[in-house]
Amino acid sequence: MNHGWLEKNSFFMLIGIILVVAVGGAVEIAPLFWVHGTVEKIDGMRPYTPLELKGRNIYVREGCYTCHSQQVRTLRDEVERYGHYSLAAESMYDHPFQWGSGRTGPDLARVGGKYSDEWHRAHLVDPRSVVPESIMPPYKFLFSKALDYRDVGQMLTANRMVGVPYSEDQITRAKEDLEAQTDPNSEGADDFRKRYAKADVRDFDGEPSRITEGDALIAYMQMLGTLVDFKTYRAQAPEHRR
Amino acid sequence: MQADVAQTPWRFDHFFIPLVLFLGFAAALFEAARSPEAPMVAQGWIFAICMGLTGIWYMWMYAGRTPADETRTYADGVVKAGVIAAMFWGIAGMLVGVIIALQLSFPNLFYLPNEAWTNFGRLRPLHTSAVIFAFGGNVLIATSFYVVQRTCRAHLFGGSLPWFVMWGYNTFIILAGTGYLLGISQSREYAEPEWYADIWLTIVWVCYLAVFLGTLIKRKEPHIYVANWFYLAFIITIAILHVVNNLAMPISLLQSKSYSLFSGVQDALTQWWYGHNAVGFFLTAGFLGIMYYFIPKRAERPVYSYRLSIIHFWSLIFIYIWAGPHHLLYTALPEWAQTLGMTFSIILWMPSWGGMINGLMTLSGAWDKLRTDPVLRMLVVSVAFYGMSTFEGPVMSIKAVNALSHYTNWTIGHVHSGALGWVGYVSFGAIYCLVPWLWKKQLYSNALVEWHFWISTLGIVLYITSMWVAGIMQGLMWRAYNDFGFLEYAFIEVVEAMHPYYIIRAVGGLLYLGGALLMVFNLWKTVRSGAPAAAPIAVVPAVAAEAA
Repeated sequence: MNHGWLEKNSFFMLIGIILVVAVGGAVEIAPLFWVHGTVEKIDGMRPYTPLELKGRNIYVREGCYTCHSQQVRTLRDEVERYGHYSLAAESMYDHPFQWGSGRTGPDLARVGGKYSDEWHRAHLVDPRSVVPESIMPPYKFLFSKALDYRDVGQMLTANRMVGVPYSEDQITRAKEDLEAQTDPNSEGADDFRKRYAKADVRDFDGEPSRITEGDALIAYMQMLGTLVDFKTYRAQAPEHRR
Repeated sequence: MQADVAQTPWRFDHFFIPLVLFLGFAAALFEAARSPEAPMVAQGWIFAICMGLTGIWYMWMYAGRTPADETRTYADGVVKAGVIAAMFWGIAGMLVGVIIALQLSFPNLFYLPNEAWTNFGRLRPLHTSAVIFAFGGNVLIATSFYVVQRTCRAHLFGGSLPWFVMWGYNTFIILAGTGYLLGISQSREYAEPEWYADIWLTIVWVCYLAVFLGTLIKRKEPHIYVANWFYLAFIITIAILHVVNNLAMPISLLQSKSYSLFSGVQDALTQWWYGHNAVGFFLTAGFLGIMYYFIPKRAERPVYSYRLSIIHFWSLIFIYIWAGPHHLLYTALPEWAQTLGMTFSIILWMPSWGGMINGLMTLSGAWDKLRTDPVLRMLVVSVAFYGMSTFEGPVMSIKAVNALSHYTNWTIGHVHSGALGWVGYVSFGAIYCLVPWLWKKQLYSNALVEWHFWISTLGIVLYITSMWVAGIMQGLMWRAYNDFGFLEYAFIEVVEAMHPYYIIRAVGGLLYLGGALLMVFNLWKTVRSGAPAAAPIAVVPAVAAEAA
């Protein structure tokens, strides 16, 4: 075709550009939403508890992804350093994903359970008090700020609207569940445990009398990468090899 | 007064812009009054002030009169505003860059445990957004408005709409930047602003497309000049990327927080489809538009090859879109998508170098000017950096290389060889051309441009070499094994090893900022006390000869 024609018809030039740039996205991204096996079904995955979700919001708010990745690649040294490589299913409830792009600090995909709550608290308040060579900024303010969770029910609802399978029960009881997760002796703790399998129930920030942003962030970090049981997960199982 | 107004013919922009400003103002006040969260209240007030000031300015400019700019051959007032905004945001963004580089070098230097807004995590998006979208965006809007008028021999379309684009876009910048500091972020790299800012940008961007396309349609030149193909591709593709990648569900209309429509793997690829094409269409196609106008113009030579322009334009925009998955190699993204991403990234080398060759070879017969004209040298060196980083990019997207380079400072170095060398220099070169042309003055000092050029070149060299060494070292240390088959280094030992390179990088950034400050001084003096331009500025553009 004579290119001069396009150069004389701005509208068709525009249409041409749109068509040309549409191809790559259509071929590469669209299939991910329907190709069977993009996200395999894995036992153990569950939506975040209200407290963990609040913690994740703080992680997102503070831009932790600017230094920390959450994606262990399928490379020997990474698997030995951080643990089993990340599975697609492990971020299936992550809106947005937080895989990150840089490791100024270490990967956090499997940080859950590696350190004590006490360590996290000391580290967040003053990173160099526990890791002298660290260059991380301090997050002391998280522990002086009471967690505002008036809107946690709305947050679960919004998540359900984008596809996270929260039940009606989980949404209506979101506030109670959030409080129950920080207090193992509370009445709601047993109910909470039934609604969220394998969730940790304890006071996370060392200050049982109040729920701080520190509680939420530590609760989130302590569950990262812990939902899938890799003692029973077999990457070579037929259903995972499609 | 009344009679004057009545005689003015009805114009869509005089109805549309006040309406948008009013609705924006009302919505902002509503947020400020009713939002339960403090950061959103602050955002409401900030947006209301921006809308209010724009409204007052609009009434002052347009109520009962027609600004001179609308009756002149070309609307240049809005271009001048864009140039000033670009330099302002450029300095601000580079300054934040130097600050965060120092934070990584000396973490106790900025030790404010109770001031959340001073932390790296909030300042880093401020830096990237300020230099890419605030500096780069204003450069693109200003130059595209300048270039499209000259190459179409037509006044900007839309009456006051270009001004709305200018103020609206800068309002978005203010909203986004203050949002990060207040703790409002989607934490989607290069798409951090939340849903309300995204909606505002969409409105502004559609108007930008209308102005640009409208000007193309009313052109008096038979052909659309090659620079405009690139600007058009940049504007429309960014619109598509922006809208799709930011699809999200807000938790309420009174709160800033939203949840992305996509999750996990799909979200990752959508985001990097966006992220890589923010590079491809914002930082590449748009700035190639600048290259295709300013280099021929400054060198007074026609574009080297018309045929190459066509081939590399269509292949560049076709192939770029596919390259996103190279940000996700060895992750949970399906293998086929990773392989496609890597393959197209390598192919992308060719159209990229097509553009570089077309830019550099335009100098044919005018190479001697590089010795005498530091502005042209800046433009040409920018194309050389473009060539370098578009070679480095495909190399880094090869899976075996990426296994080493990903997550390291090599990526940061790569980005900056493109950002400082290509985007920065081509913008500086264009602005050094534009300011004397727009204000009809001679540039205050060529010697200062020389200083700017050499100081910032030294800065770039320090920056990218330190990040190469740091990045490759980081990658090698992470995967190093000792004789017993254990990992040789703890993560923190690698952090420690980065220290000297972080300092060198900060020095490099400081030099680059210093060069830019010299430029601001030079431009300031040009506008304030520069000698009047010697000869009238030619308005006929350098247009590539049409193939027979």
